[in-house]
Amino acid sequence: MNTTLTFLAGFAPFQPTPGLALWSLVIFLMFWWLMSKFAFKPIMEGIKTRENDIQAALDEAKKAREEMSNLQAENDALLAEAREQRATILKEATDTKNSIIAEAREKAKDEAQRISLNAKQEIENERKAALVNAKNQIGSMAIEIAEKVIRKDLKGNSEHQEFVSKLVDEVNLN
Amino acid sequence: MLKKISLFCFLLGLNLMVFAQHNHQEHSGSHNHDHHGHSHDHSHDHGDHSHGHNHDHDHGDHHEHHVNNITSSCGSPAKVVHHEGYDPSATAIHHISDANVLTIMDMVRIPLPVILYNKDRGMEFFSSGKFDPGHHDDGHYGYKDYVMYHGNIYRIKCPGFNENTPKFEVQGFDKVVYKDEKGKEHETPYAIIEGKAYEMEAKTIWDGGLLGGGVTSFYDFSPTKNVVGMLLVCLLLFWMFRSAAKAYATRKGMAPKGMQSFLEPVVQFIRDDVAVPFIGEHKYEKFFPLLLAIFFFILGLNLWGQVPFLGSLNVTGSLTVTAVLAVIVFIITNINGNKDYWKHIFNMPGVPWFVKLILTPVELLGMFIKPLTLMLRLAGNISAGHIAILSFVGLIFIFGDAGKSLTGSLTGTAMAIPLTLFMMAIELIVAFVQAFVFTILTASYIGAAVEEHDHH
Repeated sequence: MNTTLTFLAGFAPFQPTPGLALWSLVIFLMFWWLMSKFAFKPIMEGIKTRENDIQAALDEAKKAREEMSNLQAENDALLAEAREQRATILKEATDTKNSIIAEAREKAKDEAQRISLNAKQEIENERKAALVNAKNQIGSMAIEIAEKVIRKDLKGNSEHQEFVSKLVDEVNLN
Repeated sequence: MLKKISLFCFLLGLNLMVFAQHNHQEHSGSHNHDHHGHSHDHSHDHGDHSHGHNHDHDHGDHHEHHVNNITSSCGSPAKVVHHEGYDPSATAIHHISDANVLTIMDMVRIPLPVILYNKDRGMEFFSSGKFDPGHHDDGHYGYKDYVMYHGNIYRIKCPGFNENTPKFEVQGFDKVVYKDEKGKEHETPYAIIEGKAYEMEAKTIWDGGLLGGGVTSFYDFSPTKNVVGMLLVCLLLFWMFRSAAKAYATRKGMAPKGMQSFLEPVVQFIRDDVAVPFIGEHKYEKFFPLLLAIFFFILGLNLWGQVPFLGSLNVTGSLTVTAVLAVIVFIITNINGNKDYWKHIFNMPGVPWFVKLILTPVELLGMFIKPLTLMLRLAGNISAGHIAILSFVGLIFIFGDAGKSLTGSLTGTAMAIPLTLFMMAIELIVAFVQAFVFTILTASYIGAAVEEHDHH
């Protein structure tokens, strides 16, 4: 038995000593337990938390970018719609303007017609009134003339006077 | 950059030179003391511990040994002979072995607690300072029947030795090589006490006698320098990770900073390139703390072991520690093995029965070989790297004839610096690679045990 490992005989570092075995077992187990509980666990949790945080931040940034591009598209659509609306509104406005102008023109024409009609009527009325006036004046002038003529011929004649009065009345009644 | 490198080389060389010189003094400093047999000279200076206790003499046969005329293991008359010369392999092994004292740069020796058990006296607890270790971590004194030899505790084999005077002086140590009836050579270490040689026995080693050890009369459960190093590195790692973990709470929602940003990429690397690909996205979390603990435990200790003169730890290079890690991996793998895993071992689907006769034993063997390779690979790589560095540094002593020849030392230093620098760079890579390999293989074994097979 001794022959097998004689080259290592007396090589102290390779001799299994019970004292060192016991101490190293106790020390390593303590080291393992203490490190697991007070060092490795918080460190692993810390690393994991940070990794999760970084992942979350990256995801969030990606989401924000997507949202941003979505928003951009929405904006573009809105803008296009607004442009279209503006065009229709403008067209409608033009139409309305045209119709208003046409209407106004129509109205104005009517008004003008009415005014001219009224004017004609007025003129007619005026003319008639003037005619009546003229008739009256002519009548009175004629009477005056006739009076003057008659006064000369029928001076003091009550019959004539009566007749003239009757005539004047007739004229007044007119 | 080049300036910095050359400055570093210069400082390293200076360091090595000082170290070599120091070594020389230690070896030659006390040649004048003579202690023959019982004529023990009590006049030597007890205060001069740093130099005076390798009482060497008899220049007649320095390269031989040692303790003469061993007649009994319990105190044969003997004289101490200093071994001249430099033994690179013994030095390397000594420097990467565990010890009951923490030695920094062969100058500062920090005593460690000693916990021993023997059947006669039960548990004993004292400081390794009682041995007053000196050069080579050999103790100047013994305590009860224990002595310290090369940083390790030995027991005097003599029954009832010195029970009444707990403290006694040790003059030196030696090894005797003898041949047994079969012609096989055995090495027995002796302690020289009061001019007598006493046979010593090493602590119990669980090698089943395969590595020159075995169960002896005592057990050593001391927190050795490897244990102290392990504790230090674990505390350092815990402090680093704790400050990073706290930052996740206090700096929520902010970018990582400081220790947090230093450790996070490594943790994420283990998760994304080791745990998830091998175990799977849904199951890895249960085993992830183990993988991280293994990775940083091994890496931390590998790197700490790279630092020279800081206790020269070789924790991940000692088979005991890697064996403990391998056993943990083995247990975790097998208690989490699902039906498919066991089916693949005992009854491989889609294979004819006569192939199964061979395949099942192979698979069963593989179950144990997997953690065994984990254990050997790590210990082998790290120990080998340390031995390579120590061998290159050893060039200085070989060329310098153990500090006697200055020209030789200089030549050796000039050779050792680039080689050591290169090796240290390689070792740095090995430190990371071995930690990574151990972790990735653990992940793959666990992954294989929990994998779902839908195709059968």
